Amino acid sequence: MGEIIKVGMADLKICRAPDGLTTLGLGSCVGIAIRDPLKGIGGLAHIMLPDSTAIRDNSNIPKFADTGIDELIRQLVAAGATRTRLESKIAGGAQMFAFSGKPGTAQVGARNVEAVKKKLGELHIPILAEDTGKNFGRTVIYYPANGSFLIRAVGRDEYVI
Amino acid sequence: MGSFDLNNVSQQYFDVLKEIGNIGAGNATTALAQMLGQKVDMKVPQVKLLNFQEVGAIMGGEEQIMAGIYLLVEGDITGSIMFLLQEEAAHIFVNQLMGVGSGGKTEGGFDEMELSALKEIGNIITGAYLNSLSMLTNMTIYPSIPDLSIDMAGAILSVPAIEFGEVGDKMLLIQTQFTDEKEIDGFFILVPDLESYDKIMASLGIQI
Repeated sequence: MGEIIKVGMADLKICRAPDGLTTLGLGSCVGIAIRDPLKGIGGLAHIMLPDSTAIRDNSNIPKFADTGIDELIRQLVAAGATRTRLESKIAGGAQMFAFSGKPGTAQVGARNVEAVKKKLGELHIPILAEDTGKNFGRTVIYYPANGSFLIRAVGRDEYVI
Repeated sequence: MGSFDLNNVSQQYFDVLKEIGNIGAGNATTALAQMLGQKVDMKVPQVKLLNFQEVGAIMGGEEQIMAGIYLLVEGDITGSIMFLLQEEAAHIFVNQLMGVGSGGKTEGGFDEMELSALKEIGNIITGAYLNSLSMLTNMTIYPSIPDLSIDMAGAILSVPAIEFGEVGDKMLLIQTQFTDEKEIDGFFILVPDLESYDKIMASLGIQI
């Protein structure tokens, strides 16, 4: 068994099999797991906001769907992953409270998921599985060795997508 | 767009935010004691400006189950406020409010009745907090109806974190320790919109 490396909020990390990556308590944020299945190199990003171009101070690259995914891929390729072989799984983007929230951040979970899908689509990276939306938090653990994406939530059994 | 920048807060600015936190949490404690019909003490609140990665750890880890009460603020100041309690602490308060004292459960889910009691506790506490902010700044503040989520700390905190995330990379947290029979940690997170920070400071005669 390898190590499990922790990814914080507005953070991203990569690892090699048999190591895994985890991010705890995703709410409206989205966890994006990408790997090269042949090389066993994978990465996990925990993004908070959909669009870096909509924010004045956008220097924190892993905070945004667009710049975070670009940076994750850059690091994976630098570590030896083959760009055209990359595949992804995504989770999170919940709406934690029933009302829609502040006008500026209304439906931010759904907008995060949408932005992540759009970005991955533009980059032609297939999304093999997703567990997004709804109203509960998720802890995720990603294993680049086999691409399994384990999801843990309060009051639910663990499941793998 | 306001000139406030949470990434570069001056000491004076920070002290003002701290004082607002102190007074607000103090009033909230008084309101809580009145509601529960018993004495509740409070330690001097700690005000912390944290990186996003650090916030979960303070509350006992990102996976710690918390009750989060969240509401929007409108009026002269706009933004949102959240009050968080650990699950066990939430049970203790709910049990007291419902008059079952230490006989009630201290873990696991909340039934319909308990959820509504918890919402009421959140309503009173955040209301008292906002009242003191309103009196201090002489501004009108209208809170919305509160909403409640019981989930992992990280997931609940993602909501205010994202609001802070739109303007910077740090989050302002007020940690209040209530002491009843045992010590109970409560957390306030006030997220004024950028322009509201400036308004709050201006109303207190602070130059930015």
